[in-house]
Formats: sequence, C-alpha cells, structure tokens
Amino acid sequence: MFENQQFKDHLKEAEVFKVRLGVMIGLMLMLFGVLIYRYYDLQIVNYLNYVTQSEHNRVHVEPIPPTRGLIYDTNGEILADNRPSYTLSIIVNKNTDLEVTLALLKTLVDITPADLEKFYKLKKQQIHPLEPIPLHYQLTEDEIARLAVNEYRLDGVQVDAELVRDYPYGELFAHTVGYVSRINETELAQFTEEQLRRYSGTYAIGKIGIESRYESDLLGEVGSQNVETNARGRVQRVLTRIDPKQGKNVTLNLDLKLQQQVVNALAGRRGSAVALNVKTGGVLAAVSNPGFDPNLFVTGISFNDYKALNESTETPLINRFIQGQFPSGSTIKPMLALAGLHLGFTDVNRTISDPGYFMLPGSTHMYRDWTLSKQGGGHGSVNLKRAIAESCDTYFYELAWRMGVDNIHPFGAHFGLGARTGIDIPNERAGIWPSRDWKRIKTKLPWYPGDNVNIGIGQGFVLLTPLQLAVMVSTIASRGDRFRPQLVKAVDGVVKAPIIDDHIDIKKEHWDAVFEGMQEVVHGARGTGKAFGVGADYLIAGKTGTAQVVGIAQGEKYNASGLNAVHRDHVLFIGFAPVDNPQIAVAVILENDDHKTGHAGLVARAIFDAYLRGIYRAEGEAINAVPTNNAAPGKLQKAISDPEADGAYESDTYDDSAYLQDDVKVPVEDSVRSNE
Amino acid sequence: MSGHDFLRRMPESGAGFSRRDRFAQRFHIDYMLLFLLLAISGAGMVVLYSASGNSIETMHKQGIFFLIAYGAMFVMAQVPVDFMRRAAPWLYSLGVVFLALVLVMGIGAKGAQRWLGVGSIRFQPSEIMKLAMPLAVAAFLSRQVLPPRLLHIVLTLLLIAVPTALIIKQPDLGTAILVLVSGMVVLFYAGLQWWYIAAVVAAFGASLYPVWHFMLHDYQQKRILMLLNPESDPLGAGWNIIQSKTAIGSGGLHGKGWLEGTQSRLDFLPEGHTDFIIAVMSEEFGLIGVVLLITAYILVIARSMHIALNAQETFGRLLAASIATTFFVYVFVNMGMVAGMLPVVGVPLPFVSQGGTAIVVLMAGFGILMAIATEQKRIMSSQK
Repeated sequence: MFENQQFKDHLKEAEVFKVRLGVMIGLMLMLFGVLIYRYYDLQIVNYLNYVTQSEHNRVHVEPIPPTRGLIYDTNGEILADNRPSYTLSIIVNKNTDLEVTLALLKTLVDITPADLEKFYKLKKQQIHPLEPIPLHYQLTEDEIARLAVNEYRLDGVQVDAELVRDYPYGELFAHTVGYVSRINETELAQFTEEQLRRYSGTYAIGKIGIESRYESDLLGEVGSQNVETNARGRVQRVLTRIDPKQGKNVTLNLDLKLQQQVVNALAGRRGSAVALNVKTGGVLAAVSNPGFDPNLFVTGISFNDYKALNESTETPLINRFIQGQFPSGSTIKPMLALAGLHLGFTDVNRTISDPGYFMLPGSTHMYRDWTLSKQGGGHGSVNLKRAIAESCDTYFYELAWRMGVDNIHPFGAHFGLGARTGIDIPNERAGIWPSRDWKRIKTKLPWYPGDNVNIGIGQGFVLLTPLQLAVMVSTIASRGDRFRPQLVKAVDGVVKAPIIDDHIDIKKEHWDAVFEGMQEVVHGARGTGKAFGVGADYLIAGKTGTAQVVGIAQGEKYNASGLNAVHRDHVLFIGFAPVDNPQIAVAVILENDDHKTGHAGLVARAIFDAYLRGIYRAEGEAINAVPTNNAAPGKLQKAISDPEADGAYESDTYDDSAYLQDDVKVPVEDSVRSNE
Repeated sequence: MSGHDFLRRMPESGAGFSRRDRFAQRFHIDYMLLFLLLAISGAGMVVLYSASGNSIETMHKQGIFFLIAYGAMFVMAQVPVDFMRRAAPWLYSLGVVFLALVLVMGIGAKGAQRWLGVGSIRFQPSEIMKLAMPLAVAAFLSRQVLPPRLLHIVLTLLLIAVPTALIIKQPDLGTAILVLVSGMVVLFYAGLQWWYIAAVVAAFGASLYPVWHFMLHDYQQKRILMLLNPESDPLGAGWNIIQSKTAIGSGGLHGKGWLEGTQSRLDFLPEGHTDFIIAVMSEEFGLIGVVLLITAYILVIARSMHIALNAQETFGRLLAASIATTFFVYVFVNMGMVAGMLPVVGVPLPFVSQGGTAIVVLMAGFGILMAIATEQKRIMSSQK
C-alpha cells in the first residue's frame, strides 16, 4: 500500500476526478432531460390518444339479451319455456396456457371432440380479444361444482348462465310451435345492422313453426350496459344500464289435451291430422307424424342426431300437414257436389244408373268405380246424397266431365284449393288444383276431357295438403265462410281477429243436401264411414277417401299386399261435427296405410269426442261403441277394412314422393290421352 | 491514514459542532441524504399501495424490508471506510464463488437460475455483487497510480468481466448491466484515458453482432425486437409495453388520482407493483408526479456526488461516485424501459418497486456513502 502511495499525486487524482464527475453529471442531466421529454411526449403531447386507449381498455358495452316470450296453448299450458343453462367459456388471453387449461377441463367436464372443433372455429372468428369463447353447453350440477372447486387453477375460464328454450312436451308440438336454434353463419351474414343490434347477446333464433313466424314478437328488445372490465375481461362494475324488454308471450289456439288425443289416436302411424275451429279458423290441433324432439336443436343438434332425423325414411322433419301434398281421393266429392248443384249441372233428385264404370263417349277406356272389383258391379240407381254416402265414383266421373275444369277450378278456389292457406307458420306448400292454364304451362299439353273425369275422384293432377283439406271441409261446415287457419290466438293478450279469406253464397238447400250426404257417410246404413259414428250422441258429417299412389293398368286388380309399402294407398277422412251446428272440422290422412290399420275416420272420431264431449282416450284405446275392436290398433283392422274400400282406380301413376320435391312431377299417361 | 489527509481541511464554522451534528457525527448519518431517501420511500409506499391493489399485506412486507434496509444503511454507515477497502477483496471473492455455485446448484424460476438456497433461506448472490463490485474495483484502483496503466486496466476489466459473465449466464440481464456499470464507472472516474473509452465504445459497437447471436437468450432477443415494434405482437410480447405506455400517457399532466388508475387497477398493466410501477405512478399522479420523483432522484444523486467530491481519499471518492452513478442507471433504465425507450430488462425502480433485496442492497450502498461522508468529521471529532 505504501509503496504505491509515494508515487500517487493526490491533487492530480482529485482534479481528474472532478473533471470526470463533471462529464458524468452533464451526461446524467442530458439523459434525465431525455427521460422527462419522453414522459412529456406520452403524457402531454399524446395524452388524448392514450386516454382514449385507456377508456377503450376499460369500458365495454355489453348487450343484455331479452328473455324470450313464452308460448302457451289455448288453456295457458306452457308449450315453450325458458330454462337456465350453464355454458362453459374460456377467455383466451396472453395469460392463458390454452392447452394446459383444456387438458385440465377435460378431467372435470365431459368435453367432446365436437365441442373442441366448434371451440377452435369460434376462436378463429373471434373479434374482441377478451371475448369469452363458449366451449361446452348445458353443464350439469356436478360439473358446475367441480369447476367451482378448481376455479383457482382455471384462469380465464367462466361459467355463464343463460336462458335457453325448453319444450316440455317434446315432439308433440315440434311441427307447430317449432324450435329455436343457434343463429348460424348464413343467417348472421344476412342480418341487417338493425338485426345485428337486436340479436347482440342473443344466440338463438326461431327456425321453424311459431318460433320462426313470430320471431320478432317473441324476441323482445335487447338491453345494454356499460361495464368496466379488467384485463381478463371480468366485469368489475356496471356504469350504466338499459334494461331489456321481455319478448311477447304468444297464446295458441292449439289445445294440449286435444293435441295429445290426436297423437294417441294416430298411434305412431305415419300421417297427419288437422282440426280447425269452424267459427274462427283457429287451429285446434295439428299433428304431423312422426315428429321429433325439438329440444335437440336448441343448443345445436349433434351431427349424428341430425343425420338420423334427416335420412329417416319416415321423414320426421317434414311438416306433413302443410308440406305433404296428396291426391285428395274421394274427399273432394262433397265440394264437387256443391259445385254441381250451385252451377246447375245436377240437382238433388237427379239420378244416374251406375254400371260400375264410366266411359267417355266414343272411347272404350273404363273409369272404374271402386265397387266394380269389390262387388262385381255398380251402385245401381244413384242420386246425389247416395253418391256422397256410398262414394259413388261413376256419379262424380260423369259430373266432373260435364262441368269441366273451367267450372270446377274457380269453384274449388273458393274453398282454398291450390293456394297456400296462409296459416301462420312458414314453409307451407300450395298443392295443385289443376286448371287448363296450369297444365299448358306445366306440361305444354292441352286439357283433355279425361283430365276432367279424374278430378271427379280427386286423382289425376289434384294434390292437396291435409291443411287444405281441413280448410275445405271447414268452409263447407260454415256454409261458405273460408277462415284463414291460425295457430295463434293472441299475442301478449291481444286477441287476433279471425280472418275470412273468402265467402261463397250457395243456396241453403244445396248446403243441406251435401250436409245430409256427408251425414249419411257416417250415420247411414250404407255409408262408407258408418263405423265411425257408432255410439256418438251427436251427428257427424264426413267423407272418406282413398288416395292412390300407383296406377293400375286396365283390367288389373289392385292388390295391396303385392305392393311396396310406399306404393300403398293413403287413407283419408274429412269431416265436421255436430252437423246441426258445426264447431270443429277435421282432416286426417294415414299415409300408405291402405286400410291395414284403424281408419283415418276413427282418428277424426277421437278428435270429435275429445273436443265436443271431453272424452279422452289413451293410445290404442278403442272407441267403446265400435263392437268388434277391443284394444290394439291392429285389432281395429278387421272391423274397418270391409265397409270402407273406396277404390277409385284409374291408371294414373303418381309418385307420392313428389310432395318432397320442390317441383311436382306431372305424369302424363297414355291411357288418358288415348281417350281424347 | 496518511498524515496530511485530515489536516487538509478545517471545520468551517462553529455551527458544525451543534448538538444535532454531534449526533450525526457519532452515528455517521447524512441528514440530507436520509431525508431524501425517506421522502422517496414514503412516496414509494403510497404508490405501491395503489399498485398492489390496496394490499395491506404488501405494505406490511415492504415496510419490513424498509426497516431492514434502513438498518443495513445504519450498520454500513458505522463501518470505517478503510475497513471496507481491506474487506473488499474478500467480499468480492465470496461473491464470485457464490455466483459460480448458483450456476452449479442454484434454484431457479422462469428459465433463470438466480438463487442459492441454504436450508430455508434463499438469497441472490448477484445482489452481493452489486456492492462487492464497486468496492473491489475501487479498492484495487485506489492502490494504483492514476490514471491507470494498461496492465491495471486489463486487470480491472478482468475483475469486472468474471462476475458479469456469471450473472449473464444465469441469465439476469438487468443485474448484469448494473454490476457491469458499477465496475466500469469506477474505471471511468479513476481517469481511464479518453482514448481507451473511445476504443471501448468502438469495440462495443463491433461486438453487437456476436453478442446478439451467441450470448442473448431467445427471450432477451424477443424483448429487444419487441421494443422496436411492440405493436407487432399486441397480445404477446408487446402487451406490457403497450399497456404501460397507455397507462403513462393516459395520466396526463395531473394524473387520474391516487387509487384511480384504471390501467393498473383493472390489471391491464402487468408487473404494475414491481418493475412497471412507474407506469402506475404516471397514471395516477401525472407528469407532475413523475417530475417530482425525478427531482428527488436528482437530489439524491447530487448529494451523493457532493459526498464523492468531498471524500477524503481516492477509494472513498471512487466508491461514492460509483454508487451514485449506479443509482442513476437504476432510475434511468427503469423509467426508460417502462416508457418504451429501452429494452425491458429486470431493473426495479429504486425504493418504489416492491422487492426486498434490491432495496436492502441499495440502502446499504447509501450507508457506505454516509460512512464516506462522515469519515472526515469522524476523524475531526476523534481529534477533539
């Protein structure tokens, strides 16, 4: 230490140090100047940018989805309810190790590959970085508890309660009430600005049925709140709030018990039934069988479930009573009888002699009566009432031929044929009520006299929906008032007025004649539907029908057992009751049933009994007064198959799958043209 | 002490022997420095309370650390400067051994290995080096004829390089920079020839490329790249800087008010209670608060420089200047990085950021400064 000391020049060292210190102090002051300038630049010069950015970080406008309106039946039973459902979402931010979180979640919650697929898809579409992305819907109580316990390990994971639609009666109202489901990309892309606003925060939209048609009423008005959120997107406090308005409640004309009665009476058979209030057009019951569980769709149907429904040969997704188009068969006869009377082509007393077939002048082609093959001859001497009661084909072949399409078509239009009924659910089809113009446009062929003859028994080009049949018979029952069928009775207590779409003035005695004929069908000794009125303490007017699916060549017999199931005849019934003061009109169709099971008329009878007399029957329970049937629908077969065999066999070839296609195929048969 | 050292100065006036000053002399306290440090630590506690989300627990812990820190300062102030010089080589050697041990058997977190564990006690040897480095370099150079000759310069650089390299290896870039600076500035104050300084600057420029490619870890490279363009990865690497700039900028002139900073209180600002605490302060107290704090730091540095200038001999002078300059580096690097001017390296804001050992070591440094400041008076009073 000391040896160095003697060489040191302390004064000089101190001088050097002073200079160095001065330089360093200068450098420091300069750097402090830079630092202060930097903070000045951020805090004063760019203050507005950053304060905006900070507000943007902090405050978010959150939509508050409205509660969807409820749907009630006519007696106030809830058909579409809201129930809380718990959704697991993840807020993906820089703090989240997504893989670790997902791996942990998999041990707590049943997360399917489909969930993950959807999650990653949504993650890609994410707009706001702190938006929660739903991963799994409908958490169970156990899962919620497990998530709560592990919350500390699950940063960014949240469980949200939302109200989702619930249909307590499952498939009973699948085709009327319809269902809601997640708004899909296509719908989202078509939304207007206003719709985007209204649906912010709402994930479900009505897809079919009342849910779809009354969407704007049911939805309600979205509310909003300005919330302060932290960096993890969690709401810290609400700054301002505008409450949402609940959607309007919709009350239907449908009656839960009646609807159940219809389903019981159909007993799982493929077909449909519609019951209308004759005085208002209110739809009392409407069933399309088979149905499906609308609850499957609410939070998004799984691929396999949808595939099963969509590919089923039973086509449960088709709403048969507005989308199924069938030849009317003989159910068209009462309307044709009215046309004949009203337009002067026939009268009550006029009789024809029925040899069992009809031939156009100068032709050898036989239009056969159903009695020809069954009884080897015709009905004999037949007047109008008897023609209806016994469903005499020859009478109506001849009548239709004489009237011609130019008279029949406009008359039928008064009864709603060939046009959408305007029922308040979407996707209704118009059917075909043929006219000369329609045939020329559709087939580029002229109208042949044979075409007129076919209309006489509701075959040929005629295709009607079950709802159109119901409207037609309701119009007859109300003696000329065609009410628009309406499912909705009231929206938020405001009752919807009945709508009369058309009215036709026809003489009372003409109505009376047709009413009597139709009453004879059910209550007459030789009525084709005499089995359906047994034991009823009120009078039923009805008309049976058989709609042919495939044509039979001249001289051949129809042999049901030899045909594919889908080519068998449809069995139809239309009717109303009570005859003296009609209340309810019904149309029923059993597809490809071919009189193998209980007749469609028995379904109608069950509806009448329930509506007019409050008699409800369990599935398979027979109508008491019908002697030979005991319990199962299978047993009904014997009692019914004999009296009703309404064969109207012309060599038309109709493919009944046509109603599933957008454009109905119009077959042109050689046999008809050869009659020209 | 050589004879003429304490004869060079005489007490300026009788006021220097008031009762208060006698107390200060006895316990080697520099009132001005103490007052400034207390002011900054008080302000720091206020900011930390908000930054920690009104956490009493944090206040409690920080308070205890401050007690320990002031205790350390007081103890260091009692140590004779000459003893420090003699102890310096031993402390330095111990530090290097510990640093080597860290690499072999250290405890780590987040990809870095920084702690040594003895039983349940954990400590960071690099913190020892923050004091051992200026002590050792000052002790070594004060023995040499200054300005230093080339051999001594090389030896000094070696002295600096070994622990710096060991700390970089951990890796802990922030501490490495502080340790490096605390050694290098001693060389500078010792009169390192300007010619050498120019050469070093040039060499530094030339070494950027190899350093970038071979010495910096991925996360360090990322931090530097992100600094150039933080918006390139707003949810990842750039998040901290974007949010801290937003916090600072949105504070404006007056700030949003204490406990009203939305960026920090809503967790947008990461590390708001540690390295990024200046952003919280800027947001809540505005530019006025920032300038006041910087002023306090400047006063601390100025006082420290004054002490260095008046130190009795070369060792104390170099040591005091080094501690003051390192303190400046702390402040500048921290405030610069939070404001997006400098890469984000782990350097806390002195006496404001939460964190125990850094505060204790810094305060011990100021204890050394006080020991140097009062050395002359001690000698004077012992003469009485």
